[in-house]
Amino acid sequence: MRLKTIICAAGAAALLAATGAYADSHATTVTIATVNNGDMIRMQGLTEDFTSRHPDIELEWVTLEENVLRQRVTQDIAAKGGQFDVLTIGTYEVPIWGNNGWLVSLNDLPAEWDVDDLLPAIRSGLTVDGELYAAPFYGESSMVMYRTDLMEKAGLEMPDAPTWAFIKEAAAAMTDKDGEIYGVCLRGKAGWGENMAFLTATSNSFGARWFDEDWKPQFDSEAWANTLNFYMDLMTNYGPPGASTNGFNENLSLFQQGKCGMWIDATVAASFVTNPKDSTVADSVGFALAPDNGLGKRGNWLWAWSLAIPAGSDATDAAKKFITWATGKGYTELVASKEGWANVPPGTRTSLYENAAYLEAAPFARMTLNSINAADPKQPTVDPVPYTGVQFVAIPEFAGIATQVGQEFSAALAGQQTVAEALEKAQALTADEMEAAGY
Amino acid sequence: MARAVTNQRKTVNTAVAWAIGLLIFFPVLWTILTSFKTEAEAIADPPVFLFFNWTLENYSVVQERSDYMRFLWNSVIIAGVSTLVGIVVAVPAAWSMAFVPSRRTKDVLLWMLSTKMLPAVGALYPIYLIFIELGLLDTRAGLVLVMMLINLPIIVWMLYTYFREIPGEILEAARMDGASLRNEILYVLTPMAVPGIASTLLLNFILAWNEAFWTLNLTAAKAGPLTAFIASYSSPEGLFYAKLSAASTMAIAPILILGWFSQKQLVRGLTFGAVK
Repeated sequence: MRLKTIICAAGAAALLAATGAYADSHATTVTIATVNNGDMIRMQGLTEDFTSRHPDIELEWVTLEENVLRQRVTQDIAAKGGQFDVLTIGTYEVPIWGNNGWLVSLNDLPAEWDVDDLLPAIRSGLTVDGELYAAPFYGESSMVMYRTDLMEKAGLEMPDAPTWAFIKEAAAAMTDKDGEIYGVCLRGKAGWGENMAFLTATSNSFGARWFDEDWKPQFDSEAWANTLNFYMDLMTNYGPPGASTNGFNENLSLFQQGKCGMWIDATVAASFVTNPKDSTVADSVGFALAPDNGLGKRGNWLWAWSLAIPAGSDATDAAKKFITWATGKGYTELVASKEGWANVPPGTRTSLYENAAYLEAAPFARMTLNSINAADPKQPTVDPVPYTGVQFVAIPEFAGIATQVGQEFSAALAGQQTVAEALEKAQALTADEMEAAGY
Repeated sequence: MARAVTNQRKTVNTAVAWAIGLLIFFPVLWTILTSFKTEAEAIADPPVFLFFNWTLENYSVVQERSDYMRFLWNSVIIAGVSTLVGIVVAVPAAWSMAFVPSRRTKDVLLWMLSTKMLPAVGALYPIYLIFIELGLLDTRAGLVLVMMLINLPIIVWMLYTYFREIPGEILEAARMDGASLRNEILYVLTPMAVPGIASTLLLNFILAWNEAFWTLNLTAAKAGPLTAFIASYSSPEGLFYAKLSAASTMAIAPILILGWFSQKQLVRGLTFGAVK
């Protein structure tokens, strides 16, 4: 009798669960894999606007740190796990995954989404053979952020488009190690998206390149030696102590506490360093384009966090509706109405930079646009190259190789080896890896 | 005759023990303190220890942004069920190895432990593909299975060690009194091994609660436990240390409380048989 009661209760519970599952199954669920940053978190908070327009679509979020997300999404897409319907990916992944047939083309998004409004450099980085494989959510480049008060104290004036020689001169003038003020803060932490993003972009302005047209590594070139020697000189003499472990967050922290005269990094940092809630120097920050050496290329990068649909998704139409909403002009206006123009996702659309309200609210807007426009992913450096990408090389092998090269360069910055040794090892390991990959 | 311990020596020993204890606990304490700071105070240099503007804002933001209860429930189910199922599977295995050993028992034990020597990432892709085939990706059932299997060698080893301390004659007596195998394990062996089983339960619950590799790789939006909750607050581009600390504190709070209440059983179980 007791056993029967238990069986009946279990059966009833299962029926109830099944009924619930059936009721839920009427809505299409879109699972979105995303990174943890201010703009993405803001979007999650505003999705009620989307779900009220599309009551038949449910959104589920998976938020992860970007390196974990990259590994997790790559694994799922390669194994055809079908866990995600919308992916947040960068300009490095889009050309590779697009070529592999892993992404759904977004060429058929509605006309009002206005593909022609996208900034040309950003659109070009997300397009493969005429197919747009990802819609940019926000775009960024890199630029110089500097302390206007320290610059004034040093008796210098930052030009809109400085040279590396001026950066060195200003760094020397602003450095006051006893007062814990360092002329320049740059990335030193090893990683393809850490020090190698900065150094690859910088090397373009020195005329260096990763590979020649025959895919032969070029770390034995004079241009790379000039790049790395200049960087070491700058960091050793005017950089903060322990710079070989500093990434974006560490430098942001130093700058916000007033310990950096200049910081060359992602344009997205502009809103952080000018936010008086977190930054002690919010009212004395100026912006300038990333430096050059007069060779026709600046040392800035180009990146866009974009939304894409994996080829294995079973909710493609719903995913397209979500992407249309999240990356459209309407979303920009929604953010502006709720949180102000300064908080709209930057760097994707021309119309945003023609908007007087935005230009007034975001003092860094013009410099962000100029920085993005100054980058050319198809022709990133002075000499011709066989690859796409400004601060990366859009081939699957790059992340692994660049992380190893980054470790060699970081070790040189930490004083564990010379620049010549680091370059020699970088050349050897890159040649080995590329040969193994069949280039 | 036991050596007399002077008061002075006792004081020194106590001070050293406290110092080591505080040193071990300091990272957890720092995480808890940081969770009450603003983001600017969290990165202040020199760091501020106690004299800052205490705020609950981070907890409020985390609560608003994430469905904490869903992650907590997933953690409870995954850690709890995997540990219970593991014990049910391991008790008979440990019984047979402890009381009816064969020539190969030691080899089997070593082989079981050797499965822990393989880096988890080495088995990730095969398991991922099997999970896709079986429809177990992002399900609590799948994670219960994986957690149970990866902790099973430890459970069997621990139970085997405890069972070895129990005299086989008592089980023999039960058998002579007509107890079946089931009754022997259930009514004679298990009650005598309760401290060992309790500490095995607790330790494996903690191990399963804190496991982050499999729980991050095999879940997406539905079955993610508290480890996935913490991971969602980490970022290489943006300062979220105070919020990350708040999320970490919320994730470790239940297990800290559990550990606090059961520390006597844990210590008793872990030192069981260590001193004769």
